[in-house]
Amino acid sequence: MSVKVNGKAQEIEGSTISLLELIKKNDVKQPDMVSVQLNGAFVVRDEYENTDIKNGDEVDFLYFMGGGSF
Amino acid sequence: MDFTDLQIERYSRHIILQDVGVEGQQKILEGKVLVVGAGGLGSPVALYLAAAGVGTIGLIDGDVVDLTNLQRQIIHFTDDVRKAKVLSAKEKIEQLNPDVKVITYQELLTTDNVFEIISQYDFIIDGTDNFATKFLVNDACVLAKKPFSHGGILRFEGQTFTYVPGHACYRCVFHAPPPANAVPTCSQAGVLGSIAGMLGTIQATEALKFFIGKGKLLTDRLLVFNALDMEFRNVNFKHNSSCPICGDNPSITSLQTYDLPTCELKQK
Repeated sequence: MSVKVNGKAQEIEGSTISLLELIKKNDVKQPDMVSVQLNGAFVVRDEYENTDIKNGDEVDFLYFMGGGSF
Repeated sequence: MDFTDLQIERYSRHIILQDVGVEGQQKILEGKVLVVGAGGLGSPVALYLAAAGVGTIGLIDGDVVDLTNLQRQIIHFTDDVRKAKVLSAKEKIEQLNPDVKVITYQELLTTDNVFEIISQYDFIIDGTDNFATKFLVNDACVLAKKPFSHGGILRFEGQTFTYVPGHACYRCVFHAPPPANAVPTCSQAGVLGSIAGMLGTIQATEALKFFIGKGKLLTDRLLVFNALDMEFRNVNFKHNSSCPICGDNPSITSLQTYDLPTCELKQK
């Protein structure tokens, strides 16, 4: 199936995958810290495992970015 | 308000711009912007707002200039090392544009002073270097109904969005600060200096657009860029109805203090 991750097309085997799997597949740095949008809506962190991604879905990974020293 | 001949000449490139004109320039001259942090982002923001003629620029920063700052904090020069950042910045702004009134706060923004300070400004710029203050700026602006521009940079990337009351806020996207040391900082991971310019200038532009009332502000979307491939992306996000501060049932109704990790290397 074909999904969009951070605006770029990605081919995934199979017809569905959990969001947690997608996060692992994408080697997301700090999976505890990422904020995820699925088709324009936020997914609650506890639901990552239970949220299924299907063909045509658009996922955005948003990271904390703070700059500076501490 | 009457422009002097010098002002007409100084701001001519704004005045002839159809969407700015005399009215827009007047609004800019009457505008008051608070820049939180006179560092990587604060430098280009302050310089461009001063150049544009923003009438009052507030600068709050408790730090002194450090040699490691000069790679990206372009409002500070070599001779400014060990000088208070707000004073160093004020000097350059005054030389750039004497129309600008600079108010300096040589202190940290805290839950004790934030409301009093932001109440005097029309637009706030987050140029801070830690999450506790980013959340403080967000929360105070949401509670006080002040628009602000959020910004953050790291390595080769930057992200920014603009909060306007009624639209999505920082907590809609990131509910709470990350645990201490969970996210790398510029001093740990590094940052390409010019990234500060790329992001800061966008923030300054948002403030100017706010004053002239033209175009579309970066509301309900996070502008994310990666300078390595020079890709810019807008990630749309709706105002989150379960946002802890601006949602339908806010659990946060007063300012929170988060513990800032202390660094034994830093001397104040």
